[in-house]
Formats: sequence, structure tokens, C-alpha cells
Amino acid sequence: MGPARDVSALRQLLAGLEAERLPGEASSFTLGAAGTGEIALGRGTLHEVQAERGADQPAAAGFALALALRAGQAAHLPPIPASPAPLPLAGPGNAPPVPLRPGARPVLWVRQDMAEAELGRLDAAGLAGLGVDPAGLVLVRAPDAAAALRAGEDALRCSALGAVLIEIWGAPKVLDLTATRRLCLRAAAAGVTGLLLRGAARSVPTAVATRWRVSPVPSLPLEGHAPGAPAFEVRLLRHRGGPEGRRVEGGTWKLEWDRETCSFRDLPALPRAVVPVPAGGPAGADPAPAGRERAVAPFRRAG
Amino acid sequence: MKNALRLAAVDRQARRCGLAPGLTLADARARIPDLAVIEHDPVADAAFLEAIADDCDRWTPLVALDGADGLVLDITGCAHLFGGEAMMRARLLDHLERRGLGATAVIAGTPEAARALARASRGGVVPPGGEARAVAPLPVALLGIDETIASGLSRAGLKTMGDLAERPGTPLAARFGVELLVRLRRTLGHEDVRIVPRRPLPACIAERRFAEPIGRAEDIEGALAGLVGDLALMLEARGEGGRAFEASFFRADGAVRRLKVETARPSRDAPALMRLYRERIAALADPIDPGFGFDLVRLAVLRAEPLTPAQVSLDGRAVAEEEVAELTDRLAVRLGRERVLRFSMRDTHDPERVSVQVPAGEPVPPMARPEFLLPRPLTLFDPPQPVEALAEVPDGPPLRFRWRRVVHEVTRAEGPERIAPEWWRVPGGAPGAPHARELTRDYFRVENREGRRFWLFRAGLYDREPAAPRWFLHGLFA
Repeated sequence: MGPARDVSALRQLLAGLEAERLPGEASSFTLGAAGTGEIALGRGTLHEVQAERGADQPAAAGFALALALRAGQAAHLPPIPASPAPLPLAGPGNAPPVPLRPGARPVLWVRQDMAEAELGRLDAAGLAGLGVDPAGLVLVRAPDAAAALRAGEDALRCSALGAVLIEIWGAPKVLDLTATRRLCLRAAAAGVTGLLLRGAARSVPTAVATRWRVSPVPSLPLEGHAPGAPAFEVRLLRHRGGPEGRRVEGGTWKLEWDRETCSFRDLPALPRAVVPVPAGGPAGADPAPAGRERAVAPFRRAG
Repeated sequence: MKNALRLAAVDRQARRCGLAPGLTLADARARIPDLAVIEHDPVADAAFLEAIADDCDRWTPLVALDGADGLVLDITGCAHLFGGEAMMRARLLDHLERRGLGATAVIAGTPEAARALARASRGGVVPPGGEARAVAPLPVALLGIDETIASGLSRAGLKTMGDLAERPGTPLAARFGVELLVRLRRTLGHEDVRIVPRRPLPACIAERRFAEPIGRAEDIEGALAGLVGDLALMLEARGEGGRAFEASFFRADGAVRRLKVETARPSRDAPALMRLYRERIAALADPIDPGFGFDLVRLAVLRAEPLTPAQVSLDGRAVAEEEVAELTDRLAVRLGRERVLRFSMRDTHDPERVSVQVPAGEPVPPMARPEFLLPRPLTLFDPPQPVEALAEVPDGPPLRFRWRRVVHEVTRAEGPERIAPEWWRVPGGAPGAPHARELTRDYFRVENREGRRFWLFRAGLYDREPAAPRWFLHGLFA
């Protein structure tokens, strides 16, 4: 074998590595909203979702779960039109109350015990409310971050899963470049999408394909001033490669999750200024300035 | 008896000196002044006997305790593995001797005959059909009957089992009860009833014996891998898969360590099972201590279920389910079954009971399908967290509330959704009843100025339920 063949073999190897790093069209998914049309997230890599502040963790979890749903949808299926009628599932009397997509793969959620202690336990009805089929979710409760990462690594090897959500509390020492790079490699090998969900902790360098920072925004109200569909403000902090390896500019979008179509859509501008209910009441007369609220410790850390 | 300290048991040397159980300690001390005495501890004795019984699993899987000082082994079909009955008995005694245990062993056709002979003789092998002759000279007390019956028999001049055997059965049963006759028949070998083993009989077993005990971790793993392969073949021949497996490591000095793994679905996939065992061994809090080495490693299938070869469907769905089950098994072995969960929903309106979490591997109850989907939070607090809330009108939504030392201004609210407790389930009856402990809850879905969404409820209705209403935060929306 001559040196020329060696070089070509190396080139092929490099091309393979590049392909792994820069996912093509087929193995990526978008958010589904018009405003973020260009942004594609690769399947078979690791994405990180951070909460803007500690108290935003539920919103970050919801966003990550929505990403997991979109990643877990069969790539070849056409987008499902908005139809409120639930698709029936095989098996008598067994159909979940949510439109279950054919070809949807199970999602595995690794949750650290600390997250459960702080945010409460996952609820099947709440999952269904976001469009997740509770029967298609496996929850793994890990006692600490190291166990969570290890369980996540194992889960990412299982190519039958649609996505693996790893929820890590705080910024533990074990979560570093090496650990996340390992997760990335596992995800690439099996083609499973990994989602690293982190609370608002000190930012640590991680080897992820995209990094999002999420905070909730006031939702588009329903009739009677009721809270509407989950709404998020997402900031793209990092994107390692666009569709053709182009660098993607970060940005901030306000999105709303639609569980019927299993996709995001742009949050329309609010019809009017948000005022407390009822306007002119005791709370409305003296609206607390935003700055003062921020000064208060947003989240209790322990206890 | 009469507050005297008595000997409960004596060792071989003491017996040679003329001491016997039942002798008072004072008498014994008078005969042997430097007698070593240890206080009788029945609990420790029982534990020790259990440990010996564990070790005796190496001879046969059917071992039962016999009183406080005996073991019964059912060696049907096992003797040839150890070179015949006489050879097996010799090896068993030799094995116990090496642990410093003296024992009398008798092999007989029925457990009762062996039991009586072991208590009265020096041990041996009773030839097939020779039980009646062998037990004939034994005293009737060894039948394991009541003291009063034994003394009644001896008053009647029936001192040995041979005397009893010569008598017609009916008058004996009429005088002393049927129990005596049943025991006699069994001891004489006329009737054979199997023992009830202390551990359930496994579906199938594979084992490796080592002439030289093994102690290195790689050797142990290699032995286990071989056993898993053997079992996989056995299970395949039976058309079954195992749900629960147990590996037993028999140490040369008699200690036994058992490791159990369970799978979510019947499995005979040797590499997958081996991965489970590696996880299990890695997750042990106290690692396997080989001591002076293991001379027997055994793998048993405790529970087997039919497993037909799967037809690989075109979409690979069956394979995918298989893969997920294997993953959850592995995680369950490492983290514990209660940490790998699947979800289902109950048909109830009580938000705390709707969601069901089932440990992986257990059957998931069918999902109840609500008529329409009410908005429910992603996470629920259990128990709900008390908050200080301020509402404008008594029955209305809160204007602001304080949770975890932060004040949240409510900008949007929906409610109330009134949920009464399931009065047929809770003690005290329906809310409003004088002894009701649970109150009606009015739930509100609220959003604060930053867009965070909460699920609050007010426990208790104004004017209609006795206690003053209090506010709680029950869940967080995404």
C-alpha cells in the first residue's frame, strides 16, 4: 500500500468525520417556526438547553422536551397537518389522548434527583399536555450527576431511542468538555439525538453542536385572559455548523409550542400591553418595577 | 427446669468425657473442672444452620431445614454426579469436616427414615427397600411424635419402631391418632412424601465445578460467561427465556454469595445477560470477596417464560422494543428498579393519582383515555407547597402570591377548576362532612409577569367547609 493510498484513506476518514460533525439535511430537524427556518439541529449529536435563570428551568425543560419530540419524529414522514383529531393507536382502548405520531420513537429522560426535589415529579397528564405520549417516555432517576451522565451515555448507544434528555442540576465537576465530548461521540455512533438540559448554572465549556438559552415569555392569552400555549424566548448561543457547514448566526426568537402539529411557531406580537388582572386593581395601580423583582433571589437553591 | 443451668449441646470431646445435653452445669463442672462453656444462642445457631444449608445447595437444589440441628437433602437424581450414594455421602462429610463441623449423614429412601436414623445411628447408606429393617430397632420417640404419645406407647410395651410395625394399624390409629400411623408409614418407607425445599426450585441450572478454587475477577467472569452460554442453549431447546436469573458463588470455605438479575422480558441472549451481570457486579456496594476462591459457580433460571423466536418485522419495530427493554434492564440493574420508570394514566380526576409511574420490567397498566385533555403542569409537587396568596374576591384567582420567598404578580389566570377529593377513598368522607380531612380544591392556572406558569389551588371553600382556606402551589407548567 503506497503513501498515496494512505493519504486517500485518510481523506476518506476525514470526510467521514466531517460528515459526522456537520449533519446534512436528512439527519437534521428544524424548529418548525418561520422565523427560525434556517436553523437546523443535527440528529445524532448533542444539544444543550440552558435556563436563563434558575426559576426558568421548567420552561427550559419544556423546550428541551419539544426538541426531543421533533428529533424523535421519523425523518421521512411529512409534517402532520394541524388536525385536532387524535390518531388512533393500535390496540383496543389503549390510545393515548394525544395525537401519537406513527414512527415516533421513545424518548428517555435522565433526571437527577435534585431536579425532582426542586421542581417536582414528572406528571403523565402534563407530558400529554405538551404532546408527549406518556407511554413512549422512559424516566431514569439518577442519584447524582455522574450517574446521570453515565446513564445518558448508555442510553445514547441505543439506536432505538428517538432522543435522550439528560437533566443535570447545577454545574457539577463531572460535566466538562471530556464528558460532553463522550456523549457526542456516543450520539454520533448510534444516531440518537442527545439533549443536555441544564439549570441556570455557571456556564461551563461543553462540546455540543448547539446551545440554547431559554426563558419563558408571557403567552398569547386565550379567551377570558387565560394563559395560552407555552411560549419561550430562545437565544441561540452557539451553532457548530449549518446545513452546508455554514456558520449560523445566533439570534433570539419568541416561539410558541403547538402540541397538535408538534412544532414551534412564531409568537405574534401581543395585542396590547400586559397588565395585571384586573387593570386598575391594587396590583395594577402600583406595578412593581422589573428591576426590583430581579434583585430578589429568583430561586431558592436548597432545602 | 427449676432454674438450673443446663447443657444445651456438647461437642465430641465432651461427649467422650461423659457429658450429655440436659446435665446441669454444676454437675458438669464437678466432673470436668476446666470445662469451657458458651451461653446457648438459638438465634445464632439457626443463622449458622441456614449458612450450612446455603452451602449444601452445592449438592442438590432441594435442601430443607430439619428442626434446629438437622438438614434434609433430596438427592434424587444427583448421586451419580458425585460417584454414587456412598461416595457422595463421604464427600459431603469430608467437606463439612474441613469446615470443622461434625455431622452424621444417612441416605435412605424417605426423608423420615433418614432423619430417624441420623439421630440414632452413626450414619450410613440404607439399601433400597431396607428402611423397615434399618429403623426397626430405633426407639419410637424418633418418629417425631408428641411426648405424651411416646410415653403412652412405651407404657403399652411398644418401645421400638419394629414393635409398632408388627401391630395392625387400625387399633394404633384409634388409640394414638392417625398422625402416628402416617409418620410410621413414612419412616418405614411404605409411603414417600418429598421435602419442601427452603428455596424455590429453579427452572434450569448450569454450573461449573473447579478442582482448584478460582479467585481472579477475570476467571470468575469467564466462568459466568460460559454458564450464561450454557443456559442460553438450554433455554433455546425449551423454547423459553428467563425473566429472573441467580448466580451463586460457592466459596471453598462454605460461604455462598448470590447475585440476582431480572429482565423486563424473557431473554436468552447470552451477550445481553452477560452485560447485565457485569453491571450487577460493578454496582455492588460490597464487592464479591473470593476469599480462598470459589470452587463452584452456578447460574440458575429462577423464572422462565415462553419465548418464541421473534419475527423481525420490516420496520424493525420489534427489534427496537427489544433494544429499549435491554437498555432499561441494564439501567435498572445498575440504579435499582425503582429508578427506571414508565408512565401510565389512571382514570381519575384526582390530579395526584392520574399519573402512574411503573418500574421498568413490570407490566404497565393500560392507559386510561380522558374524554378531553385539561391543561396540566409538567411537574407536580408532592406534597403541594404552601404559598401566601392574595385574591381580590374570595372565590377568585390570586392577584399575587409568594413562593420560595419570591413574590409573583399574576397577569393571567384561568379558573377555578373545582376538584373534590375522592370521598370514597379518603377517611372522614366527603368535604363538608364533620370529619372530612380532605378539602375541595379550586385550581387556577396562572401566569406571572415574566411568563412563568403555575398551578395553584385554594384548599377549602369559603363558608361551606369548616377550615379557613389556604393556598398551595401544586405544579409548574413548561
